[in-house]
Amino acid sequence: MKQVRVGAAQGFYGDIIEPALDLAEKSDVAYLCFDCLAELTLAILQKDRQRDPALGYTKDITATARALLPYVKRKGIKLITNAGGLNPEGARREVERIAREMGIKGLRVGIATGDDILDRLDELQAAGVDLSDKDTGRPLSEIRDRLLFANAYLGAWPIVEALRQGADVVITGRTTDTAQFLAPCIYELGWGPEDWDRLAQGLVLGHLMECSGQVTGGNHSGAWWDVPDLDRIGYPMAEVSEDGSFVLTKAPGTGGRVSVDTVREQFLYEIHDPRTYITPDAIADLTTVRLEQAGPDRVRVSGATGRPAPPTLKAVMGYRAGFMGSGMVGFSWPKALSKARRAAEIIQKQIERLGVQYDDIYVDYLGVNALHGPAAPIPDEDTINEVFLRVSIRTRDREQAARLGRLFPPLVLNGPPGVAMMPFAAFTRELIGLWSALIPRRLVEERVQVSVEEVG
Amino acid sequence: MAKVRLKDVVLARSGDKGDTCDISVFAPNEAVYEHLRRVLTADVVKRHFGPWVQGAVERFEVPNVLALKFLCHGALGGGASSSLRLDNLGKCFGPNLLRLEIDIPDHLLAGGEGR
Repeated sequence: MKQVRVGAAQGFYGDIIEPALDLAEKSDVAYLCFDCLAELTLAILQKDRQRDPALGYTKDITATARALLPYVKRKGIKLITNAGGLNPEGARREVERIAREMGIKGLRVGIATGDDILDRLDELQAAGVDLSDKDTGRPLSEIRDRLLFANAYLGAWPIVEALRQGADVVITGRTTDTAQFLAPCIYELGWGPEDWDRLAQGLVLGHLMECSGQVTGGNHSGAWWDVPDLDRIGYPMAEVSEDGSFVLTKAPGTGGRVSVDTVREQFLYEIHDPRTYITPDAIADLTTVRLEQAGPDRVRVSGATGRPAPPTLKAVMGYRAGFMGSGMVGFSWPKALSKARRAAEIIQKQIERLGVQYDDIYVDYLGVNALHGPAAPIPDEDTINEVFLRVSIRTRDREQAARLGRLFPPLVLNGPPGVAMMPFAAFTRELIGLWSALIPRRLVEERVQVSVEEVG
Repeated sequence: MAKVRLKDVVLARSGDKGDTCDISVFAPNEAVYEHLRRVLTADVVKRHFGPWVQGAVERFEVPNVLALKFLCHGALGGGASSSLRLDNLGKCFGPNLLRLEIDIPDHLLAGGEGR
């Protein structure tokens, strides 16, 4: 029976490259697939593009290309990535530049575009598309002048088209997390656009692999202390059969673990309704999936069922949502928590006296309740060795946010005793609001373009 | 009947989507799963988190992997990119839920996870 082997190379912009090298070197994967775009990543890329129109893609594609193009040439491994972000064409130029620099000839680099709808919003609204936020119902006009990016999520088919045109490397912009992994299954195993059950299996595959080490023992809530060698964790690879069933494993000799427990934790991660996992390629029902241990570090996954793809695509937009100012200072035993509380009072009184303008203030105590909030019991103070106070405010402009940070250094001399400030403990950053709407897919897909170029 | 914390019985992983925290709880076997279906209701979870979950809690049953999934709406202080919380991605909500104490029949305790 025909099979394709697919590996996960990167789970976010900035992920390490060694696990991808392990897969390229020690396994027989035919594809290395990347998911570089979290919802927020596009806001970072938009800032890059504003500074330099040649940018707007994830800049680590340079290092990635240097590390992996030799395997594309030598072993025929294909790379599929959404590192193109807001500028797939720019990312392609960069990959081609690296290929020429390394003397790699005949490389075929494909891109898919058409997901970026920022310049099309008027046209879409004129065509009757409701761009109100689908979660809150607020009209787009409320945030229109603060928009940073607007992208519709594309699925696997544009990538499949690039593969059919002979691409060795496929670079896209905003695609679903699963598209990069599903596409090679469709292409290699001959799945059709209405093979809903097989497409659903491919979606489960993509979902399990898109967070890289989170399925191979990373972030495992079971016996995490027993997961071996997380310092050289192996990223997942899958051996996918024609019928869609697959075995999930990792490169030999790497750390981490693939067990039913590590897999089922990732299986339901951030998917919301498990019967209705909606993607542009199919709607998958995860409640019919079977997970079975099939050997050491091997889990067999089968049984997903699919329903027809939805008539709309989700678009996510990001808009400027004010600023966050934050400062942090630590206090030691005795009475560390009381000292931190007193320091919080000092800061809050100073904020009021100075007239710092803010919409929201948040005070928490690292070491006591910053991560669990009101559910965390406050321990007997004599048992607390040290506590860090963190104060954060939400403001409309950057200067108001920055004023908070400047109140912290003087506390070292003017506040309670036994105090320490870590470097860079005060910062200001822009907050980004997210907005989502559903767009009839025809209006997006009629503009999707796929092109493949050969490096001479 | 014994009182135990969830940490001694289940696995839990959590993450975010906008301002919603998505928590999955995994039972070690079918008997514990059936018990959790009865005692670990959306209301119990909502009460556990108190004011940190501003909206409703929805529950989904996923028997094929012995899991219950909870969607906690209005749980992340506005969502990852606009939240003032340190855990803006909601990754500590799973461990937080492991604090919860439940009643469980003694015979179901053998073979638990133990952490």
